Order: sequence, then C-alpha cells, then structure tokens
Amino acid sequence: MTVFLQFLVNGLSMGSVYAIIALGYTMVYGIAKMLNFAHGDVIMIGAYISFCVTAYLGLPAVVSVLAAVAVCTVLGILIEGLAYKPLRQAGPLAVLITAIGVSYFLQNAAQLIWGATPKNFTSIVTFEVPPALAAYNVSAVSIVTVVACLVIMAALMWFTGKTKMGKAMRAVSEDKAAAQLMGINVNRTISMTFAIGSALAAIAGVLLCSYSPVLQPTTGAMPGIKAFTAAVFGGIGSIPGAFVGGILLGIIEAMAQAYISTSLANSIVFAVLIVVLLVKPAGLFGKYVPEKV
Amino acid sequence: MPKFEFERGKMVPAPSHSIMPERDIDSTPVLEALHLGIDFGGLRALDDFNITVGKTEICGLIGPNGAGKTTVFNLLTKVYAPTRGTILLNGQDTSGKTVFQANRMGIARTFQNIRLFNTMTVEENVKIGLHNTKAYSTAAGILRLPSYWKREAEAHERAMELLSIFDMQDLAAHQAGSLPYGAQRRLEIVRALATNPSLLLLDEPAAGMNPSETVELMENIVKIRDTFNIAIMLIEHDMNLVMNICEGICVLNFGKIIAKGTPEQIQQNDAVIEAYLGKQKEA
Repeated sequence: MTVFLQFLVNGLSMGSVYAIIALGYTMVYGIAKMLNFAHGDVIMIGAYISFCVTAYLGLPAVVSVLAAVAVCTVLGILIEGLAYKPLRQAGPLAVLITAIGVSYFLQNAAQLIWGATPKNFTSIVTFEVPPALAAYNVSAVSIVTVVACLVIMAALMWFTGKTKMGKAMRAVSEDKAAAQLMGINVNRTISMTFAIGSALAAIAGVLLCSYSPVLQPTTGAMPGIKAFTAAVFGGIGSIPGAFVGGILLGIIEAMAQAYISTSLANSIVFAVLIVVLLVKPAGLFGKYVPEKV
Repeated sequence: MPKFEFERGKMVPAPSHSIMPERDIDSTPVLEALHLGIDFGGLRALDDFNITVGKTEICGLIGPNGAGKTTVFNLLTKVYAPTRGTILLNGQDTSGKTVFQANRMGIARTFQNIRLFNTMTVEENVKIGLHNTKAYSTAAGILRLPSYWKREAEAHERAMELLSIFDMQDLAAHQAGSLPYGAQRRLEIVRALATNPSLLLLDEPAAGMNPSETVELMENIVKIRDTFNIAIMLIEHDMNLVMNICEGICVLNFGKIIAKGTPEQIQQNDAVIEAYLGKQKEA
C-alpha cells in the first residue's frame, strides 16, 4: 500500500507538470490550430533562465521564476511572429515542419550558450514537509507543482470564459475569418495565446527541473512529447482535457514504473495513448467532428 | 402572398457615374468604389467596378451565379486585396487596411452560409461584435477593476438592446448553434450591427426563407436602416425583396457591371433581361 501511495504521489506530481505543459499545447492548438512542437524547448529555456538567475546572479527563487516567465513570454511572441506568422496562409504541414525547425534551433542555441554538459538545477522550493507525509514521497516540490497546476487550470478556464481577450480567443478558435470581420485583431490574439502558452512553459520548466534536477539542452524534448500526448489523450483544444490527460498520463507512467518495468514505462504510456485514440478518436474530452463530405 | 408596402426614396444622379437617394446627396457617400478589379491568376473575377452608395441607401447587388457578387463583398471587407482600384469608406481610403481595421472603419457583414460562433451563447456572439466599442484593458479584465464592471454592464445592456430589434432577448443564454435557422440568420445581423457599422453588407439574407419570413425580413431591413441611420448593401436572389426595398440596384455579370439604376430601370434593362433569361432569338 505504501508503495502504491508513493508512486501515486510521484505520478500526481509528474502528471501536474505534464498538465501545465499540455495546457500550453492545447491553448495554442485550440486557437492557432497548429502544433507548436517547439513548446517543449521553451520549457528548457525557461529552466535555464531560472538556473542562471539563481546560480550566477544569486537572486532569490521567486525572482528567477518571474525572470523565466518574462523571457519565455517574449520568446513565445518572437517565435510566433518570426516563424509562424509569415506562414498563416500556408498549409499545416509547412507550419509543422517549421515548428520542428524552431525546436532544433532552440536546442542548439541552448547548447551554444550553456554547453552540452548537464547543469545541476537546485530546487526552487525548499520548505519542510511533515515526516508523516514525506514517508509517502510527498515533497515540497510535489505540493507546489500540484497546487500550481490546479491554479493555472482554473485561471485559464476563467480567462477564456469570462474576459474579453478570452472570448476573442474562443471566437478566433471557432472561425478566424468571421472573427476578423467582427473587428477582432486575429494576429494580436494569436500572439497573446503564444505569450500565455510560453509563460506556462516557463513555470513548467522550473517545476520540472526542481523535480528532476538534470538540466541540459534536450531536457524539454521528452516531457514536451509526453505533454503533447497528454493533450491529445484529453482531447486537444480542451483545457480540462489537457489537465485530466496530464494527470492520468503521470499516474499511468508512475504505475507502470512501480509494477511493470521502469524501462518499459514510456512504451506503456504511448501504448495507452494508442488504445484511447482507437476507442475515442478525439480524446477523452474532445468533440468528434465528422468531416463534411 | 403577403404584400409589403414601402415608399422608396427618390433617386437622383450622384456625382459622376452613379445615383443615390436625394436625401443623401449632401452627405459623404458611405461607400465609393472606383475602378475596382481583382484577378485570380489569369481569371478576371471583377473588372472596373464603380459604385457609390448613399449614407442611408438600401442598395442591391444582383446577378447570376458566379457573377462576382460575393467577390465584391470580400473586396469591400478587405478579405481580398484588390488588383486595381480604390475603395473609399465614408470618404476614407481603405487601401492597405486589414479586415479588422476595415470593420472598425465602419463596414460589417453577414455570410451566405451562416458563420456564427456556434459554441458560444447568443449574448456572447453579440458581445464579440461589441468587442471594439467596449474598451477596457486586459489587465482591468483580469483584475476586475471598476472600469471592467462598468463596461461589462454596458456591454450586456447594449447586447440586449440590439437583440431586442428581433425580439431575441429571451434567447440570450441559448447556444448560438442550437438556434433554429431563421433565428441564426437574425443573430448574424445583430452581431454585425454590434460592431457599429455605417455600411452593413448582407449576403443573401433571405436564403432559405419562405415568403412570409421574407416579408418580415424586408420590414426588418428597412427598420434597421431607419433605426441606425446606416446604409445597407445586399446580395439577394429573391427579386421580390430586391425590387421592393432596394433604392439603387447594381447588376453584375461575369465580373462586370452590366446595369445600374432604380428597380424600374433595371426591370426594363435589356442587358439584364438577357443575362438572366438568355438572348431572345431573332424572329
């Protein structure tokens, strides 16, 4: 039982990180209708920024998180403006390939700046957890991660549902052309979406590296792909879907590690995705839209 | 069949090449298109399109299928960039403007195939249209500053007011996609009106309506013109509607204007009759 609970806690914490990343994927997909495969690498950049601010400048953790969020927000807007905006009229494949290009660009840029040697990331949260909880692997990072994930999801749901910008985003997501004709600045709306997605990526990066402290240029790649899987699993474009998908994915992964095999965990995660998509092609929360012929 | 009586304004020659209602002659025309043209590859979809629409005119754009009518709408709303020519909205050049900027300059439209934001409520659809007129910063929205509450309350009130034109206040909380067809068409008009246009473009507003619904629509179009004091330009195949409420009519065929004039003039125009019915064989 203890083992089960320990791994459940692991799964929840890792799942929350996946969920935060998946929320970024799903926002961008839902509104810009594109898969931003560079999202995982924005996470890595965010973690590096946080690392530099604490390790080199010696500033407090909170400042490092804010710096990471600020840099990634700007980075997100820049990536969208320079790489994706010129391709607005191009086919989805061109945009997809560009996203993969941006992903490699960011990885190599990071390698150029910070080198390929892994950095040892010190966790940004360092409060004491009562021993009774610590026995079940509950750490300060896992508490912060789960709480951050819940807060972010609630905030996003509220933002898209209640604010003017959020409503404009939903309008753009439903019908870009009609939204423009109603006076909505579509480019600015998409740019905002990337800003939000990338800010979330920065938070995810800091939490991810606080959890598993090895930071290198490829750090974001695997979590990025898994979070993408989580977003598809939950129904891409759906905010609660990304949340549930992320958490479930984390738990499935942890359980696979606990009871089946550590080395097979990744394969099992992706096998589950395949099964889910066979049964529910649009994911758990996605709406299946039959193509009109 | 129900009859609709409506007194049309007297038409007088507008400067140079067009006509407009006498009452509008002293105001800047809401729309002036000069030598407008667009090519798609080698196809000349529209050529030398000239039109002047008076400030409160109801203007019809008719022509056989494929004549280029929707292309004209797409050019006016800046969805397409013209290959040649100029568009003036309230006297202002729209060249280089984007779609949403053109909307803010005073042009709004509905679609031939309804394009509402289906997953949103009726009220939210209207509020999207109000997006630009009800300004508060995103920060004020997130922090719920007093300015936010004030504008939100105003937006709600304005949305309800606009919905009341068509007696649709009760539907405010319904999902737009679940409304019956006729109500969806009306909502599209309300949403377009919410952007506060000076020129409203209606693309086949009577499509799929029965004769009594069409008469109701005609009443409403005139009512909208009178209430908001705006110009309305419509594409329509229902000749009963066009001939009854349009003051000026422009007929397109193969991307060219073949006739312009009042309904009476158009009905007697040989080129129009030929375009619609084919050439009569010489006896």
